[in-house]
Amino acid sequence: MSDATISAGAPASQPRASLLVPDARTRKRNAAEARFRAYGLGAIIISLLALVVLLFTIFGGGIGAFRQTYLTIPVTLDAAQLDKSGNRDPEEIKKVLTLAYGKILDQSLQAVIAQNGIAIEGIADKDVSNLISKEASAQLRAQVLADPELIGQTIQARVLVNGRVDGFYKGRVTMESAARDSNTSPAQLQLAEALKDKGMLATKWNWSFLTNPDASDQRPEAAGVGVAILGSLYMMLVVLFLAVPIGTAAAIYLEEFAPKNRLTDIIEVNISNLAAVPSIVFGILGLAAFINFAHLPQSAPIVGGLVLVLMTLPRIIIPARAALKSVPPSIRDAALGVGASKMQSVFHHVLPLATPGILTGVILGLAQALGETAPLLLIGMVAFVKNFPAAPPAGLFDPASALPVQVYNWTQRADPAFMERASGAIIVLLIFLLCMNLFAIFLRRKFERRW
Amino acid sequence: MNDMRILERAVQQTDIKISARKVQVYYGEKQAIKDVDVDILDKTVTAFIGPSGCGKSTFLRCLNRMNDTIDSSRVEGKITLDGEDIYDKRVDPVQLRARIGMVFQKPNPFPKSIYENVAYGPRIHGLARNRAELDEIVEKSLRGAALWNEVKDRLNEPGTGLSGGQQQRLCIARAVATQPEVLLMDEPCSALDPIATSQVEDLIDQLRSEYSVVIVTHSMQQAARVSQKTAFFHLGNLVEYGDTDDIFTRPRDPRTESYISGRIG
Amino acid sequence: MNSERHIMSAFDRDLETVQALVVKMGGMVETAIHDAAIALETRDEELAEEVRRRDAAIDALEHQINEEAARLIALRAPRATDLRTALTVIKISAILERVGDYAKNIAKRSHVLVHMPAVESSGMALRRMSGTVEGMMKDALDAYIQRDPELAADVRKRDLEVDQMYNALFREFLTYMMEDPRNITACMHLHFIAKNIERMGDHATGIAEQVIYLATGELPDDARPKSESVTRATLNEGED
Repeated sequence: MSDATISAGAPASQPRASLLVPDARTRKRNAAEARFRAYGLGAIIISLLALVVLLFTIFGGGIGAFRQTYLTIPVTLDAAQLDKSGNRDPEEIKKVLTLAYGKILDQSLQAVIAQNGIAIEGIADKDVSNLISKEASAQLRAQVLADPELIGQTIQARVLVNGRVDGFYKGRVTMESAARDSNTSPAQLQLAEALKDKGMLATKWNWSFLTNPDASDQRPEAAGVGVAILGSLYMMLVVLFLAVPIGTAAAIYLEEFAPKNRLTDIIEVNISNLAAVPSIVFGILGLAAFINFAHLPQSAPIVGGLVLVLMTLPRIIIPARAALKSVPPSIRDAALGVGASKMQSVFHHVLPLATPGILTGVILGLAQALGETAPLLLIGMVAFVKNFPAAPPAGLFDPASALPVQVYNWTQRADPAFMERASGAIIVLLIFLLCMNLFAIFLRRKFERRW
Repeated sequence: MNDMRILERAVQQTDIKISARKVQVYYGEKQAIKDVDVDILDKTVTAFIGPSGCGKSTFLRCLNRMNDTIDSSRVEGKITLDGEDIYDKRVDPVQLRARIGMVFQKPNPFPKSIYENVAYGPRIHGLARNRAELDEIVEKSLRGAALWNEVKDRLNEPGTGLSGGQQQRLCIARAVATQPEVLLMDEPCSALDPIATSQVEDLIDQLRSEYSVVIVTHSMQQAARVSQKTAFFHLGNLVEYGDTDDIFTRPRDPRTESYISGRIG
Repeated sequence: MNSERHIMSAFDRDLETVQALVVKMGGMVETAIHDAAIALETRDEELAEEVRRRDAAIDALEHQINEEAARLIALRAPRATDLRTALTVIKISAILERVGDYAKNIAKRSHVLVHMPAVESSGMALRRMSGTVEGMMKDALDAYIQRDPELAADVRKRDLEVDQMYNALFREFLTYMMEDPRNITACMHLHFIAKNIERMGDHATGIAEQVIYLATGELPDDARPKSESVTRATLNEGED
């Protein structure tokens, strides 16, 4: 009865437009949105291109590190040179230095050349002996020491060739550059070619890149990331066993139990700030606190691990808090309503639900720690380490290296073969990071459906 | 002579279960509850009604000390359960909440199996000595919540896989599993569809033979359907408390009259 | 109590509609009583016929009020005063319909009485009685409109008067009938008319009681003021 009625006589202001024809404003808006989508797509394409270029460069440069040129020749382990007393006494055998083994290899190679009738013009004795990597004699010695019964026998030894010859097969070295090079000569290269024709020289997949320790400047062919991998692994263990419990406990306390007062606010602000501190500052802190004050050994994974723990703590606390916060308060209320205490409600209900988020944060924190270089440089992990550290916990105090530091180290060396090694190490690092990130994604997916 | 009176529902017991005297509740500086005096009877459903923000939920949460979880809240006055002051320093709120159960507005089963949901309370309070006793308690509680027949074959499935009405009944089963004496319900049906609402209301009617039930509700119709005693709250005050029949046919206070007939709030 | 509007304004409109119908019906019934009394007194056949015809409209109104009240209860879920309003509206309209029927009955009998010799002295008494009942009805309806329990209580008391007047008339008619048997038919009709008026008084009291229930929430506890002498009357008592 009180309904307003539109007066019948009022004329319509405009004829109604058809739904099927978009008006000018809609067209403009659609055009603007399409442009925005195009910008977004362009941005993504640029990012992807950058990623592709990065990967290409790295893989292109580094894949060579996984292939290595080997020489397989029969080596006569002459007892006269190696075990003068004839007792096969390990102590006696140990006294024989690598030099003697070098001579053995030399003799064996010469024998092969003679047997196969390989004659190269202008080849010098030096060229022949230098064909084999200097590292090979040490490896042969280690092999004999491990099994003294080999002495007197002729074994098929697989030895590394030197870096320049290896470079020849990887395209770094040519006949022309060999002529100018002091470490090799065209004749050596020809010898290598001849041996290859006979089937004794080949470039194979090089797993030992992953297991060998670092090698000196002269022997890039023998350099490997074995020590670096172990060093990084030990540091990750330290981070895992220290940062994860401490960080998780801190997050739980801050989120569930801390009273909401000024002090808690200050703590929260400081934790956020810590996450933003440049990593090199932590290196200085580690130097001052752990090395100068606590006198822990330099270059040890324990120190590197401790520094990384300090760095990773805020990166674990913050996502852990977010995971705890994301558990709906109705769950806590339900637990309290049934008569659970605060502690029971947190540990029986909130924590299990927050675990996937916390785990993701932990894995991502570990992945970031794995790639940190600056603080490790400052605490001295940049040194040249050839010996494998022992098993933990004692091994944590032995000097070691780390993957990113090793990369830095190798890029500083003169020999271009080390560049290849560095790229190879980067590939290893990237693969680890990729695996960790994939694991984090897998965990997230698996647990997300639960509630 | 009073042929207009609505049919009276039998109230079996009239013992006082919870007694509140001069209760004040403050959130920081703001006073949310002023001078509330009320007696909650045993084996009776008492409804708290009132407009939004009138304090009915706040007062409900005082009865099982859930307000303790809010830092800025302060409760004055005396609330007794069977004569004992629940805010006495010697009282452990955790123990209190085993005797006074609570069901919330949005069904919130734990993301665990149906069995675990119901078994959690008795387990942490040590009400069962072995698995067989726990099974018994779970079955009894689920039967008490009129849910047993629907879930007895799938006790290991997650509680969150049930429908809304079933989830709320699961929450009720969870609340009765700790063998409480009082059940507090904060708008238990507001998230449910009409059929689920009716099922829960029927359940509440059955529950009153064993427990004292206090239900906060936005729906006056629900309060009228389900309760024997009704308390009307307004701006933090308890305006009127009496038999549900009287409140809905001949309220004494004009504010109650206005609210009931839809003239304010 | 009812000074505030409902939040749902359609609710207010529904309440006003149904109460307006009751007031209208009350007015029609008051007119019917008045006209029936006049028709009886002035032996006006046309007026009597008029009253009989108009009763159909009164019945239709009762039907309509019932419909409206059912709709109100189903759709608006009235509580407290509104609930009492809905319930009393149904009762009052039923009462009014019966009063209307009595008025129609009086008109029917007047029609018959026109063709008979008049019984003189009863006229004034009947007029007084119907006047009182008209007053009671008017006051009951006014009390309803104003929700005035005191006025309604007053209406209840006046029923005693009406009962006494009926008792007196009853004895008077007995006397007439004993005096002259030719008067019996007329007196019987007149007696029924007097009974109808007395019943109308009772119904006006019923309306007053509903008003008290509406206003206070309680029906009056005390018994209605009644005069019992009629039920104890015997032929012997009428004799002197």
